[in-house]
Amino acid sequence: MYAQMVKSTGKGLVAREDMSFEDRAFQDRIDAGEKIEPKDYMPDGYRRNLIRQIGQHAHSEIVGQLPEGNWITRAPTLERKANLLAKVQDEAGHGLYLYCAAETLGVSRDEMTEMLLDGRMKYSSIFNYPTLTWADMGAVGWLVDGAAIMNQVPLQRTSYGPYARAMVRICKEESFHQRQGFHIMMAMVNGTADQKRMAQDALNRFWYPALMMFGPSDKDSVHSAQSMAWRIKMNTNDELRQKFVDETVPQAEYLGLTIPDDDLQWNEDTGHYDFTEPDWAEFFEVISGNGPCNVDRLNARQKAWDDGAWVREAMVAHAEKKAARKQAAE
Amino acid sequence: MQPLFEFLLRQGDNALVLGHRTSEWCGLAPALEEDIALTNTALDLIGQTQLWLGYAAEVEDTGRSANDLAYLRDAYDFRNLLMLEVPNEDFGRTLMRQFLFDAFQVPWLTALQTSADPRVAEIAAKSLKEATYHLDRSAETVVALGDGTADSNARMQAALDYLWPYSGELFADDETDSAMADGSIAPLPSSLRPAWATTVEDTAKAACLKLPESDFAHSGGRTGARHTEHLGHMLAVMQVLQRSYPGAVW
Ligand SMILES: [Fe+2]
Ligand SMILES: [Fe+2]
Repeated sequence: MYAQMVKSTGKGLVAREDMSFEDRAFQDRIDAGEKIEPKDYMPDGYRRNLIRQIGQHAHSEIVGQLPEGNWITRAPTLERKANLLAKVQDEAGHGLYLYCAAETLGVSRDEMTEMLLDGRMKYSSIFNYPTLTWADMGAVGWLVDGAAIMNQVPLQRTSYGPYARAMVRICKEESFHQRQGFHIMMAMVNGTADQKRMAQDALNRFWYPALMMFGPSDKDSVHSAQSMAWRIKMNTNDELRQKFVDETVPQAEYLGLTIPDDDLQWNEDTGHYDFTEPDWAEFFEVISGNGPCNVDRLNARQKAWDDGAWVREAMVAHAEKKAARKQAAE
Repeated sequence: MQPLFEFLLRQGDNALVLGHRTSEWCGLAPALEEDIALTNTALDLIGQTQLWLGYAAEVEDTGRSANDLAYLRDAYDFRNLLMLEVPNEDFGRTLMRQFLFDAFQVPWLTALQTSADPRVAEIAAKSLKEATYHLDRSAETVVALGDGTADSNARMQAALDYLWPYSGELFADDETDSAMADGSIAPLPSSLRPAWATTVEDTAKAACLKLPESDFAHSGGRTGARHTEHLGHMLAVMQVLQRSYPGAVW
């Protein structure tokens, strides 16, 4: 997901009898469904895991502006241009809410940005794939925002108050993005032969990367068990992936598009679709830096950060001068 | 070409070209807050484009739509100011240009609110709210960056020096403007020069910037007679899908 492969810093699930008195009380609050707020006691591992998870999520929103930003200047009509601009702007807003949520845990936005740029913090693998035709603006909204929703809707109930509240605001907008993407796909499949070809090509390229967004199977992961006990992870990766496939297959059928999986079929016994797992070797290459766009994406963020340095410095300097002038006048 | 159509193209093309240039920043601004603010400006301008070009298409009455006007005209049919089509270069030039334009738009749209053409008055009233907000923000940013550091002051001065020869085109009245003034549709642009100059002088002073002495002015954008080399590249990008797939519905 946007926070896939968040490695917990602890040694896995801590047994109740091994917990300190405070940690036991903390776990009881979580089990009772209470929200943890910034000033409340929290175990170090909880804080560190949350910073990583929220940070990775925030970075995904910001890096995620790039593949769609790639088509803003080429959007085919004034309406599409405005819609895409508004969508990418929403993602910037999501980044902002999430950085603010992470700041309540004691890490600044600038520190997190530095960690993104020097590789200490990651972002979702999906944004390392290129957007090659206008249909990709449809496929990204439909599949990528669609997959994000699967994970983010349950996170509205996550144990950390500021994170849960950020998710409530974000989820409203994500479902709008998903519909907007689906509408672009509808226009494409109802269009010319070229447009239909673009739509199918976009689905072919984005299907497996979208499935990878949920991360590899985590049923045996000890890290995952701890995150679930802390309610900062609400479902297993496999559960969410299955839910995504089950919801998306009928949508693809409605569009008249073919999901690029010959083994995809409805399973009467399980009540779910059987499907082919993505190529996990490719996934691990992408998250270790070898995706088609990793280098370009980080270079673009680095360049924006460097090019903006003089502006950020000047704004601070001006604010200081203004405050000094005001004080001198008093 | 009908004077009213020509006039409306000028309004719409200014909004379209500046909106497009501003949209190039999306995802790349110096800070998230600036990214969001620049995108707001771009969105306002694209919205204004739809209104002006939509009305232009009705006045022309040949079956073309606002989108046809935006996506299927070549450079010599564009009627925007040259200042708005030059590249963004950096955040400093982008905001300085926005300021020089906003400082004109606010009094201009204020005057257009009382246009004898009710549609013009209506579009102006809606756009004025946005332009007023844009001016507050661009003036504030120009002051902050001019005043900020020695480096930022030098960058803002360079931006002002670069843009200055393009600013005179704002006030270059021609036959279209006379026709609009005669019909009480719009004032002569030159009549707004004092108001614009006051805003620019006050802001430059607060920003510790020097206004260039020269009053030389480039021309050719608002008449379409001679655009810069930059517009063709911008249109090549902006129009690529409409040009490559004629008749497709997106
Ligand atoms: Fe988002
Ligand atoms: Fe989204």
